[in-house]
Amino acid sequence: MRNIWKYILILPGLAGLLLFMVIPLTGTIASTFWENGRFTVNGYLEYMQDPYFLNILWVTLRTSLITTLVCSILGFPTAYFISKTQPRVKMLLLLLSIFPLLTSPVVRSFSWMVILGESGLLNNLLTFLGIAGPLDLLYTQSAVTIGLIHLFLPLSIITLVGVMDNISEDVTQAAESLGARRSTIFWQILLPLSIPGLLTGSILVFVGSFTAYTTPALLGGRERVISTFLYQNAMTLNDWQLASIVATIMIVVSFTVIGLMNWAADKIAVKGGKLSG
Amino acid sequence: MANRILLTTFTTLVFIFLLGPLAIIAAASFGEASVLQFPPDNWSLKWYANIFEVKGFLDTFKTSMIVSFAGNVFALLLGLPAAYALSRFTFKGKAGLQTFFISPVLIPGIVLGFSLLRYIIVTFNLPIYAALFIGHTIIMLPFIVRVISSNLASFDFSIEEAAISLGASRIGTFFRIVLPNIRAGILAGILIAFLESFNNVDLSVFMTGPGVSTLPIQMLTYVENYFDPTIAALSVLLMLLTAVLMFAIERLLGLSYFTKN
Repeated sequence: MRNIWKYILILPGLAGLLLFMVIPLTGTIASTFWENGRFTVNGYLEYMQDPYFLNILWVTLRTSLITTLVCSILGFPTAYFISKTQPRVKMLLLLLSIFPLLTSPVVRSFSWMVILGESGLLNNLLTFLGIAGPLDLLYTQSAVTIGLIHLFLPLSIITLVGVMDNISEDVTQAAESLGARRSTIFWQILLPLSIPGLLTGSILVFVGSFTAYTTPALLGGRERVISTFLYQNAMTLNDWQLASIVATIMIVVSFTVIGLMNWAADKIAVKGGKLSG
Repeated sequence: MANRILLTTFTTLVFIFLLGPLAIIAAASFGEASVLQFPPDNWSLKWYANIFEVKGFLDTFKTSMIVSFAGNVFALLLGLPAAYALSRFTFKGKAGLQTFFISPVLIPGIVLGFSLLRYIIVTFNLPIYAALFIGHTIIMLPFIVRVISSNLASFDFSIEEAAISLGASRIGTFFRIVLPNIRAGILAGILIAFLESFNNVDLSVFMTGPGVSTLPIQMLTYVENYFDPTIAALSVLLMLLTAVLMFAIERLLGLSYFTKN
């Protein structure tokens, strides 16, 4: 009796996901390998030699990498501060990190249009101080990178606070009682033990930046990134074949990064376990 | 000590970077001029009134609300039984099933949106509205399943066993014993999923058509054509909504939901 129940209970959700996620995605991916009823990889060969497309791929990867690095560099010390501070301040800072995370990405990207625009805050400041005339800051890849860092930094911070909170006080106290200095504790204990979490956070930020649409759509210029290129082909140019190829590449890159980083995090977690045990 | 000051300064600067831009649009929304300014020369509330003058905003707000609410109901109907079964029973490949139910968050939204467009609207010739409902249900499902599952993880199923052994029916027990105990998780799941759907761009951007669009897509279109403080005013209202929902989620789940990985 129970056996039937448990399957009946998961069946609707399972069917929903199969019908409206797995089948549509499989359809998109499969369509890129079939032409006139035959298996082919010509679509991929063609675009892998197209400098325009390769440039889009490269720009998107570079932007995602910079975003991930900057988020880690800014996020790590901030998370360290939050995890070590007194409970009331910690609560406040966590709420202030979660708030932007829950706020609409349209609102958050728009805020950078106000700052970076031709008569925006930054340009007004630069002209007022006589440093430079109005600069073309908005609608550039740099604007996209700033917008993405702003978008994903809270995610970095929150993931890292979670990891640092999990590092046992016993370990750091043991080190302290044996005479280790604060800086030694940070570099020798906290940093190595945080690396798996740093990698988890990096996966989220990298894949998120690689596939983000709203920020490049609002802040980006002529130069496209892969998500806006997919949208343009699907909706403006009606080239669904190319859009499907781009979609497949996005899935492959995302899943490769997730797989690689998870594998690396596991490896390091084992070492970290040995270190503390 | 010097390190301490350095770290405090660093953290302060990071939070200025995170929240400053949001504060700037809030200030700019009260400007009088028809071009966004910061700081504004004169102050006015007229752009708040203008939100309600632009017909597109009210219409798409309604669409967004309907899609997020109806999608939430569907996601709950699919997700609650699944979360319960996955927490309560043992399955072959249970971990795999749990990952599968969370997997929509791993699929790039823009890819899922395009695939659903191809599949639902073109292959099945369904109206755009149907695609919006279905797509939003799919993206809300993992949040519902995850939050309810983590709530069920701390539920003591022996209470349920006790009720059944005393003669209560399985279904009666679920509604009278299990459900009341995971109320907070269900409510929080609904709110988190709502925010996820209400703010969605990646999926909805493919599912607009004559007379059908969601609020975030309408905002994107507006920003491309106008640069007056209307969007800033609307942003402030959306931030207020977000803040209210955030405090509600914090009350229901605590902040640990966000920090645990």
